[in-house]
Amino acid sequence: MRKQAKKPFDQSMIPNDLCPIATDFSVLITGDWRAERPVVLREKCVKCATCWGYCPTQCIVEKEKWFEANLEICKGCGVCARECPHNAIIMIEEQED
Amino acid sequence: MPKTIVCDGNEAAAWGVALSRPDMVAVYPITPQSSLAEYISQFVADGIIKADLMDVEGEHSVLSVLQGACLAGARTFTASCGQGLAFMFEPYFRTPQLRLPIVMSIVTRDGITPQCVWGGQQDAMTVKEVGWIHMYCENAQEILDTIVMAYKIAEHRDVMLPVNVNHDGNYLSYGVERVELPDQEDVDAFLGEKNTNWHVALDPERPMGVDPLTGGAGGPGVSMFVRYRKGACQAMQNALGVITEVHEEWGKKFGRFHPPLIEEYRMEGAEYALITIGGMSGAAKDAIDIAREAGEKVGAIRIKTFRPFPVESLRKGLSKVKAVGVVDRAVNFGWNSGPVFQEILSTLYFLEKRIPALSFIGGLAGSDITVDHFARAIDQTKEVLLKGDLVRETIWLNEND
Repeated sequence: MRKQAKKPFDQSMIPNDLCPIATDFSVLITGDWRAERPVVLREKCVKCATCWGYCPTQCIVEKEKWFEANLEICKGCGVCARECPHNAIIMIEEQED
Repeated sequence: MPKTIVCDGNEAAAWGVALSRPDMVAVYPITPQSSLAEYISQFVADGIIKADLMDVEGEHSVLSVLQGACLAGARTFTASCGQGLAFMFEPYFRTPQLRLPIVMSIVTRDGITPQCVWGGQQDAMTVKEVGWIHMYCENAQEILDTIVMAYKIAEHRDVMLPVNVNHDGNYLSYGVERVELPDQEDVDAFLGEKNTNWHVALDPERPMGVDPLTGGAGGPGVSMFVRYRKGACQAMQNALGVITEVHEEWGKKFGRFHPPLIEEYRMEGAEYALITIGGMSGAAKDAIDIAREAGEKVGAIRIKTFRPFPVESLRKGLSKVKAVGVVDRAVNFGWNSGPVFQEILSTLYFLEKRIPALSFIGGLAGSDITVDHFARAIDQTKEVLLKGDLVRETIWLNEND
């Protein structure tokens, strides 16, 4: 994830029990929630960017000849696999490490 | 010189709004609030209120646009009641926890079904538990003055909570009275500079995420969630002191000392008391006067601030008496009694000795609680005082009207 150069608002200047606000990027690794991961079949991918457009978490990353999911963020929802017009994305079950 | 006018409660509320100089008002009309929305629209059209008026498609949007406006630094106002308030509930629930100092009139109306469009306090009583400050007015002057005071209370840095200024539909909304309009310069000086978004903002100069996902069963969210909840509860407790100070300051500046939390009426030497809330209190006071003239040792306590609940003030007031009758204009369905009655039962826990308490429910769906009804309530409260019955069935005042 991109580093944040400087906090846009100094939260320490106000009481910390008012309205919840965020001035840091979240450290939440939503990829931890995933039960299935998307795998891009590179020979089928035509880089049409349909997956990039549909991904609810906007975690699709552009490579030179294909797209793939950033697995730190991807929750494994499967929308990309469902929407891919070339059936170039399959969902496979995550295994225990 | 302050000007004196003759107007109903809804117009008095609109004048209170005008004097508070809001930046944005959003309204959707609903009986018996409609004429309040109309007065405000007219004031905006006439240039008396220099605010953006948002005529949106429903109450959910009303409060949502005001949240955005408040986050952008605006002073805001709306009014609703009944089914409109029900439709507003989703953003309503959220507003106090966003800690946005929005002021809103609830022109109280009974709940449907049975289908009705008349006064009652069922709507406001149904939404009492989500963190808004609730103040109930007794007359048109108090409505005007309380709306201005509500901004000072809501925007106080130790509070930062939205405030409902409630007045009874029909009786107060359309009842016409003499009302004094304070001078604009005096109100400006009283309210001072506003700052509604020093703590959370939609502001390109201070970019931030507003209300990010917080909570869960593990990680830092667990204690953060508790911290925000405790913060809101503490702010409610702070409000008790702030409401008292602001009413005191108002009294000194404008000569009208409204009771901030509760009003004790002829409680000196009282052996038993009635508890009232809102517009009914005038008739109750008349009944108390008549009973006092007949030698009865009875007084009344009117609740002005219902949320946060002024438990310490009420404990002090009730510690003087040996029996209490509570008159509600709403129903607590779960307890087969009135909602204010339940609050008084909780308060009685703080007394040294248990005393008899009676629940009266009247004034539903526009029906009148007359001086005669209050006289009967006084008689029945005296009866439990003499017999010492701790528990009796709820008495429905208009049952045989």
